[in-house]
Amino acid sequence: MSTRSWNDLRIEVIIGALLRTGVILAAVVVLIGAVVYLAHHGHEVANYSTFHGEPEALRSVTGIVQGALHMSGRAIIQLGLLLLIATPVARVAFSAVAFAIERDYLYVWITLFVLAVLLYSLLGSH
Amino acid sequence: MNTIEFSALIALGSLLAGFLGALTGLGGGVVVVPMLALLFHVDIRYAIGASLVSVIATSSGAAAAYVREGYSNIRIGMFLETATTVGAIAGAAIALHVSGNAIAIVFGLVLLYSAFLSSRNRVEHGEHMPATKLATTLRLNGTYPTDGGMQSYNVRGVPSGYGLMFGAGVLSGLLGIGSGAVKVLAMDQAMKIPFKVSTTTSNFMIGVTAAASAGLYLNRGYISPGIAMPVMLGVLAGSLIGARVLVKARVKVLRYVFAAVIVVLGFEMIFNGATGRL
Repeated sequence: MSTRSWNDLRIEVIIGALLRTGVILAAVVVLIGAVVYLAHHGHEVANYSTFHGEPEALRSVTGIVQGALHMSGRAIIQLGLLLLIATPVARVAFSAVAFAIERDYLYVWITLFVLAVLLYSLLGSH
Repeated sequence: MNTIEFSALIALGSLLAGFLGALTGLGGGVVVVPMLALLFHVDIRYAIGASLVSVIATSSGAAAAYVREGYSNIRIGMFLETATTVGAIAGAAIALHVSGNAIAIVFGLVLLYSAFLSSRNRVEHGEHMPATKLATTLRLNGTYPTDGGMQSYNVRGVPSGYGLMFGAGVLSGLLGIGSGAVKVLAMDQAMKIPFKVSTTTSNFMIGVTAAASAGLYLNRGYISPGIAMPVMLGVLAGSLIGARVLVKARVKVLRYVFAAVIVVLGFEMIFNGATGRL
């Protein structure tokens, strides 16, 4: 029992580091995108009172990555937000591996279910 | 208003929301959507998308600090996330099909309920409860550090807690909030989990729940970089500052003030939704 709680604690420390890194990375990318975006579009009139929906290029993972490579400020911001959304997903994926190392197969399955739901939302819900 | 002014004002408002949310433990997400919709006249769907993103940022940032202290229970969290993530996708799917005004009314009711919950004093369950069969099978019972060493606890009411968690997920996906109040209610009242464990585990779960609906919102074009950027950076900075001054501040008075603000925003949202102004 004592080895299990020691393992749990170690896993929690790694998860903590993973979450912190993900959030910092996402915030830095969003900040870079903000500078590029405001440098180009800062003096345009802001109006979000009617809903248009974002263009296709800012909705999908591939579109966002392509836009960011072309230094589009909006796409770089979306890339940062994508990294942020991916952070809890990475945490869940890591937990699945950790439960497998602990041979807790019930929780491997529970975790894989959560991971599948997250991946469906991010990639499969078009 | 040009984009620089617009971004700066939203970032400032979000900073304040994140700061007060962290200080009072009520979360900044609940006031971000009303602020954007009522003050900045942002379409509620864009507001919800931006709020979801900020919820992931604060939850993950705070969870990083909590997990080290050993209070959160990763098995309880993961098991209940099967309910909250499915609920969140259901909530996001509902949001795509109902009007902004209907969402505003539900939002207002949830705000009033959150304020009501925060005004009540929570009482820690005194004696040790016997373990239930389901909780034992699912290995949910655990231990947490106290002043007098490691304290063990048993989990009760798994089915009712699981049902409440599904509801928390639906609200999170529908309204773009963390639903921390409902999550803590499920773990605290239904499952009789100690405060420290339920609060930290709830925070831990909020990020995963929000990520489940954020993916759907992104795919549908509801996450706008121009709004999500100042909201995310503002709320994140505010909550980090809030967590630092938390120890020194007189939180009790502030909690009442913040709860009062939430009540006013709740009535505003219901009124504007009912009269079709959003």
